[in-house]
Amino acid sequence: MIPFWALVRKDLKLFFNDRRAVIVGLVVPILLASFFGYLFGGQGTREISRMQVLAIDQDASAISKGVIAQLAGDPHLEVKASTPEEARELVRKGKAVAAIVIPNGFGTAAGHALFAGGEKPEIGVLYDPSHAIEMAMVQGILTGAVMQAVSKEMFSGQSGREIVQESRERIEKNSTMPEAQRKSLSDMLNSVQKWNEMQAQAPPGAGGRSEGGLAIPFQTHEEAITANTGEQYNSYAHAFGGMGIQFILFMGLDVGVRLLLLRQTGLWQRLRAAPLSRSVLLGSRATSAALISGFILFVLFSFARWVFGVRIQGSFVGFLGVCAAFSLMTAAFGLMIAAFGKTVEATRGYSVMATLLMVMLGGSWVPAQFFPPWLQTATKVVPTRWAMDGLDGMTWRGLGLSAAYGPIGVLLLFTVLFGVLAVMSFRWEAES
Amino acid sequence: MLDVKSLRKSYGKVVAVDGVSLRAGAGETIGLLGPNGAGKTTTVSMIAGLFPPDSGEVLIDGSPLRGDTDPVKRKIGLVPQNVALYDELPAIDNLTFLGALYDLRGAPLKRAIGDALDLVGLADRAKDKVGTFSGGMKRRINLAAALLHDPQILLLDEPTVGVDPQSRNAIFDNLETLKKRGKTLVYTTHYMEEAERLCDRIVIIDHGQVIANDTLHGLHRMLPVTNVLAIELEAVDGFKSDALRALPEVESVELREGNLRVGLHDLTTGAPVVLRWMADNGYAYQHLTSERPDLETVFLTLTGRSLRDS
Repeated sequence: MIPFWALVRKDLKLFFNDRRAVIVGLVVPILLASFFGYLFGGQGTREISRMQVLAIDQDASAISKGVIAQLAGDPHLEVKASTPEEARELVRKGKAVAAIVIPNGFGTAAGHALFAGGEKPEIGVLYDPSHAIEMAMVQGILTGAVMQAVSKEMFSGQSGREIVQESRERIEKNSTMPEAQRKSLSDMLNSVQKWNEMQAQAPPGAGGRSEGGLAIPFQTHEEAITANTGEQYNSYAHAFGGMGIQFILFMGLDVGVRLLLLRQTGLWQRLRAAPLSRSVLLGSRATSAALISGFILFVLFSFARWVFGVRIQGSFVGFLGVCAAFSLMTAAFGLMIAAFGKTVEATRGYSVMATLLMVMLGGSWVPAQFFPPWLQTATKVVPTRWAMDGLDGMTWRGLGLSAAYGPIGVLLLFTVLFGVLAVMSFRWEAES
Repeated sequence: MLDVKSLRKSYGKVVAVDGVSLRAGAGETIGLLGPNGAGKTTTVSMIAGLFPPDSGEVLIDGSPLRGDTDPVKRKIGLVPQNVALYDELPAIDNLTFLGALYDLRGAPLKRAIGDALDLVGLADRAKDKVGTFSGGMKRRINLAAALLHDPQILLLDEPTVGVDPQSRNAIFDNLETLKKRGKTLVYTTHYMEEAERLCDRIVIIDHGQVIANDTLHGLHRMLPVTNVLAIELEAVDGFKSDALRALPEVESVELREGNLRVGLHDLTTGAPVVLRWMADNGYAYQHLTSERPDLETVFLTLTGRSLRDS
């Protein structure tokens, strides 16, 4: 075992002597994970980022003003008044997510459309196509705001009384409507009119005066389901797992490239001249790579725990198991690169591509739950996906040991697969 | 001690080594001489056990070399053609690592490192990174790294490539010391002067085959001419080259611009005959030297090609 541990110790020395390797392996993933963790919500206590929305009120009616006031009161939006030309320019430049154009006559037309089936007025919405998801949210908020502003005016405002009166007259003149329907609708509008008159006579601020109008008749109670009830989702947990996986894979790639370089320098000849078995030569390499991988994960999660409060809320044993299985898989991946690589330059090129694909499809950059359903299924053949699922499960999801069995098992299967391919394809004589 | 029998190795249709055999005893230095691509490194690699031959065998003290972990490998030290050390590690860390590959540790390892560094004169640079060493120092530490486990046979694959004359001499001194200690050295080179200085026997390889295997003196005897008398004549008019060539001791005569070169089989018997013939025929000369043909000439004679141009 003396030669085996000498080989392992030498690899560790080389890694820690190489300042570039340490920076790339530790500092860069910490910086990137901190950035991505912050972007994806941080520790769950950060203030919501408000979307910039521009409002162009060409109607200037009580209803249009009410709509804009409703929008401005929403905590997700930051509404600014604008002109059509300026709004178009700002949306084009990406300075605003959307611009809402309320045309002249909107208030009157909306009131008629509400009661008398008049033609529905249009609200123009200019939006930045790169913000399609936010756009859907803006539309939802706008619908609620319009409903509330229109109904409020219809049931309590001066213009509402006038529109209700006009609507009554239109209905009475409508000869195409069946008598029974006309009578029912007239009765309803009469009641609304009476309600409006009562509201107008009530002093402002009196208890009998309604200020609200129609509102969406529910509100949601939102609870992030994490490890424990009331626990905020800490996106740093996923970010540090993802960046750890990415940079450990790069370290694995470096293992392969270093083996190729070894052949070129003659050191490989020296190793082969010693009475060492092939399993010692490759096994020591795999062991040192696995130890370095484990060390990187340890440092990253220690940092995340210390600075961002990331905790292993699930099974600690499961977490260690996933880390160990992924480290072994990385080591086998590195050996496979060395086995299939011809030249250092070419090997570096295609293995960087393979690594980035694995990282991307594994959900290290963007969580896999954002993938379309077919891609979520397809990426189950990618080992990094299992590593990410395992780390997420054991950290912020707070799952038990049994949830780690799947990822550990699959990662070990990949370890065996890569290892067998590496040993079978390794060119032991190429250095002559 | 080292007995190489009919080694053969091919890569696809290319035969790299074709029936190479050689023997070397304790304290003997064998030179493997040949142009680049002749098969020297492949031969050395098979002797070192880096990979098995297609056929033939390597015997160390009568034991065949078999498999990666064969303990017989401990009797062999390899000095690869490239400096096979980690530039980013101190010399002592490199040697500690390489010694551990042969199960050395603790006091024996420290002693072995000290001895090796002393031999190559780098004890005072032990803690410096190899990357900071000059080319010659790297070559010397490369040699030291092969000595840690005290091998009986040392395989040196062109150990002086790119080395300045001073460092080359230092390496030669080291090798002569090792030879005196009874080590068997197998030295591959394409520098004739190195082989001539160091080797007891020289094996000339070309296209994977041994074309000569003898002592330096023996190789010279294979040549039609063992010595050349170079004579600077005072006058060349009327010189009777054909008459000189007719003497039984003379192999060849070449006269060019007053410089006469007479090839002899045997200097001892031939030189007096030639000088007497010169005096008898009234030919005066200003300068006279005797030259031995070098290995370049040997290689040229055996292959019809120049060693350096092959």
